[in-house]
This record gives sequence, structure tokens and C-alpha cells, in this order.
Amino acid sequence: MPPDQGSPTPRRGSDPAPRPGDDSAPRRGEANARRVEALAAAARRRRRLQTLLPWIIIAATFLLWEVLVRGLQIDAFILPAPSAIAASMIQWWEPLLSNAWQTLMTTLVGFGLAIVFGLALGVAIGSSTLLYHGLYPLLIGFNSVPKVAVVPILVIWFGIGTVPAIITAFLISFFPIVVNVATGIATVEPELRDVLRALGARPVDIIRKVGLPRAMPYFFASLKIAITVAFVGSILAETVGSNSGIGQLMLSASSRFDVPLVFAGLMVTAVMGVVMYAVAVAIEERTTGWATRGQAEQNVTSLPGG
Amino acid sequence: MATKERPFVEIDGVSMQYGGVEGTLALRDATLNVARGEFVVVVGPSGCGKSTLMKLVSGLWPSSAGSVIVGGQEVDRPLSVVGMAFQNPTLLPWRNILSNVMLPLEVVEPHRRRLRRERAAYEDKAHRLLAMVGLAGFEKRFPYQLSGGMQQRASLCRALVHDPELLMLDEPFGALDIFTREDLWAQLQEVCLTLKPTVILVTHDLREAVFLADRVLVMSSRPGRILAERTVPFDRPRSLDDTYKQDFQDLVHELRDHINAARKGGEIADAA
Repeated sequence: MPPDQGSPTPRRGSDPAPRPGDDSAPRRGEANARRVEALAAAARRRRRLQTLLPWIIIAATFLLWEVLVRGLQIDAFILPAPSAIAASMIQWWEPLLSNAWQTLMTTLVGFGLAIVFGLALGVAIGSSTLLYHGLYPLLIGFNSVPKVAVVPILVIWFGIGTVPAIITAFLISFFPIVVNVATGIATVEPELRDVLRALGARPVDIIRKVGLPRAMPYFFASLKIAITVAFVGSILAETVGSNSGIGQLMLSASSRFDVPLVFAGLMVTAVMGVVMYAVAVAIEERTTGWATRGQAEQNVTSLPGG
Repeated sequence: MATKERPFVEIDGVSMQYGGVEGTLALRDATLNVARGEFVVVVGPSGCGKSTLMKLVSGLWPSSAGSVIVGGQEVDRPLSVVGMAFQNPTLLPWRNILSNVMLPLEVVEPHRRRLRRERAAYEDKAHRLLAMVGLAGFEKRFPYQLSGGMQQRASLCRALVHDPELLMLDEPFGALDIFTREDLWAQLQEVCLTLKPTVILVTHDLREAVFLADRVLVMSSRPGRILAERTVPFDRPRSLDDTYKQDFQDLVHELRDHINAARKGGEIADAA
């Protein structure tokens, strides 16, 4: 950033030296007003671009895809064009919708369980060094086990159906929540803890008044990761051992070599993931605005190239 | 000392050693009494164990030796009759100013029990305290929207809101510029004249000490001991102009000499 940016009296090399007693002061004021207006307009344009850009890029991606598929005459069996995928979506909208609903519900139930248990275990681990050291190795080991290997076991235990998918979604999204909540609570500034300790607060009070609110930004950050991996978990389980859901639909479509429908399933999954992510972000912004205030202010005032 | 009344705070032969038997001795055999309603300021060179003393009296840390008694009760854990403000404002960033000030009421009995029913009355009280330090109208702001001085004022209100009998201030103005600091001296004096709490304040600013104190205690450098004690005779309320008068300056200089001696003593002890 140039050092004199935003200074109230911009100096230009071509300006003649101001003559005494002339009206350069008001003119300079006017110029400053114009400058401020121009900066504000630039900021507005930048913001508009920021909201439009994702849509433009998505549209451009699909366009490029379509052009490539048609231009190179790629077989729909290898890579269907977006138009073919859209046609398949329209043709199969009913099974797509019902299976997407099934997957969404499965994911949300698993994700909800992950939130409940993840928060509880995260708080416990974060507030007790003993528990932290005791449980962490087991948790890491547990998380390192590939979930795809667990699904057959779950199928043996619970049979083909929704339950293994829910449990897989839970298992896969549980870990990031635990780790983040534990980190948020374990890194509470000792000064903040002392504020409450000095008042004779009980440990439970300290967790409720300081630990939990302090951990909320971490918690929401983890939700954004957890919701997307929860979809991975449920669809994974649906492909391995289920008779409904998007995963199962894609599996049966691919066994019929209906590749456009497979892609349609992928699209639906991606849309669900993005929507759930956006919900998590919206909740995060409403509840933990205090933690991101700097970014919010920067977005309003930042200059092009700044 | 032959006092009619038992002192409110009795600190008797208190020592504090960090890190086990071989560790650093931060405070050695500190003994001091504070009468109810008295304003005592502890000054000393940096690292002399002033903050350690505060932590021990507030019960945040256990002492290695000696006893601390506040209001006839042995301090073996934090007492809720204490209100404390630290060098940093330590406001909770997710709460607005009003709710930060009300925090002690959610923790300390009997307010905790009454808070739900008498919320309006308590909020009134918080508003009054905030107005007293010039923060009326900032109740709904968040800490990051306020300057450091304003945050420190809010933290002072938080220390006072549950009517503590003992106010512990650990260099509360240390991080502020001199103009803000002087403003806050005057406001703290006013608050203390109104609410009349017992106050122990730790500082390294000698003008601040003489301006605010009934009695100033000088501590030696580590391990801290109380070297000298001086009663401040000036009438209250004191004005900032008073701080430039001759007798005020003389007292500041006298304390300054004590501190210099304490620091030299410390260097000699370190060298030995």
C-alpha cells in the first residue's frame, strides 16, 4: 500500500504551487469529496463482484465442460455433458428427490449425534488435562481407522439399512468437533479464567461462562468441516450396505451404466453439502460475530489492491 | 499496633516460593494489616512480588508460608467478598459491556440467586456504576469497540458491581497513557469516596500511589519484603493540581528514594 494512501491532502507532482489568497482550498475540498466518492464506488463494485463471482465461476465451469464434451465428442459413458446430466435429473427427479431426502436425513441425524457427543467429550477433554492425556491416543487411533472398513462390521451388527449410514456419518464427523471444542476450552486465557476464579466461581461456572463461549468459534469452524464429511460418511455407507439413499442410487445407476444419473447424484450431493455448509456459516456469523469482527470491518473498508 | 478494631485484612508472615524447594522466592515474610475502609497502595520496583501478594490475598494462589485473613476468615481459596481488577481489562469479548459488568452477579451469592427476579434493579446498578466512570451510553457496545481506557473503566465497574468489601487492583492503570490514567485516578477516588470499600492497589507509579492512598507501602526487590510505610496526610477529595504542590512532590520524592534504595539493595543481593 502506498504510504500516502487515504491522506487528506493528496499531493500531485503536476499541481502548480498554490497562490496565496486563491480558492484552491475549496477546490481541494471538492477534489477530496470526489476522491472519497470514487473510493466508495470502487468498494461497492468490489462487493458486487464478490457476491456474483461464485455464480459466474460455476456457470463458466459448466459451460467449459459442455463445450469440451461436445467439441471432443466425449462419450456420455465416460463423461456426460452438463446438459445430459440435467436431462437425467429431470427424467429421474422423483427417485433423486426421495433418495436425496433419505441421505440428508441420515446425514443430519449422524451429524446431530456427532454434535451432542462431540461437544460433551470436547468439553470434558478440554477442561481436564488428565482426561486429555488419557483419552487422546485412543481417539486418534479410532479416527485413523478407515471408515469404509467399519461399514461392513456395522452392517453385520445392524443389518442393511439406515442405521449403519447414520453411525458412519456420526463416526466420521465426530472427531473434528471433539478436537476443536477441546482446543477452544484448553486454550482459554488464564487471565479470563482468573476473573471468574477470583470471584469464587466453581469449575462448572468457569466452563459455562468462559470455556464454552470461548470455544464457540472453534466449534463452528469444526461444524463446517464436520457437515461435509458427514455426507461422505453416509454416502459411503449407502454404497456399501443400504437399499436407499443417494449412494445406493448412484451404485445401482453405475451398475446399469447410466453414467448421467451417477453424475446427477453427485450434483445433488454437492448441492446438499454447499447448502448445509452455508447454514453452518450463517449460524456461525450470528452467534460468534465477536470473533471475526476484524474481517467484517475489513470487507467494508478495504480498498482495491489493499 | 494497638487498634481498637480488628484489621479487615491481616497478612502475617506470608512467603511465596515458585517451583518447589529450589524455586524462586518471590515474596518473603510479608506482614501488613489493612483497616476496614482504608485505601492502601503497595509500590515497589518491578518483579518485587507485588502481583504475587495480590494473588495470595485474593486466594488465587496458596501461599508457601504464613497466613492471610480477610474479614476474620482464613483465605485458602478465592473469596467472593473480593472484587478484583487486573492490569489488562480482561473483559469477555463475546459479552457486551453491560453483561460484562454484570458477570460477578451471575457467580457470587446472594446476587446469583436474586439475579433472575431482580434483574431490573441490578441492571440499574450496573448502569449507575458505568455512568459514574463516564461510560453511560456504551452499555450495548462490545469490548473491541471501546478504547483501552474505556475497557479498563468497565473492568473497574465489574470489580465493584457485587459490592465487594475488599477491592484488589493489580496495576489497573499500568497499560494506559498518562492522561487517561489521571482521569481514572480522579474517577476511582470519587467511586471510593461514594462506596467506601477497603482497597489494596498495586502500582509502580508513585504519583498515583500518593494521589490515591491513605497509606503507601514500599516493597523491596525480590524476594519482596515490606521496607517502609508512609501515611498520606492530604485531605480528600484530592485534585490533580494537588499533585504538583510542594508537599505532595516531597512525599513522592521520599518514596522514590526508598524505591531507589530497594533497587540497589536488590542488585547487591543479586550480585552476592
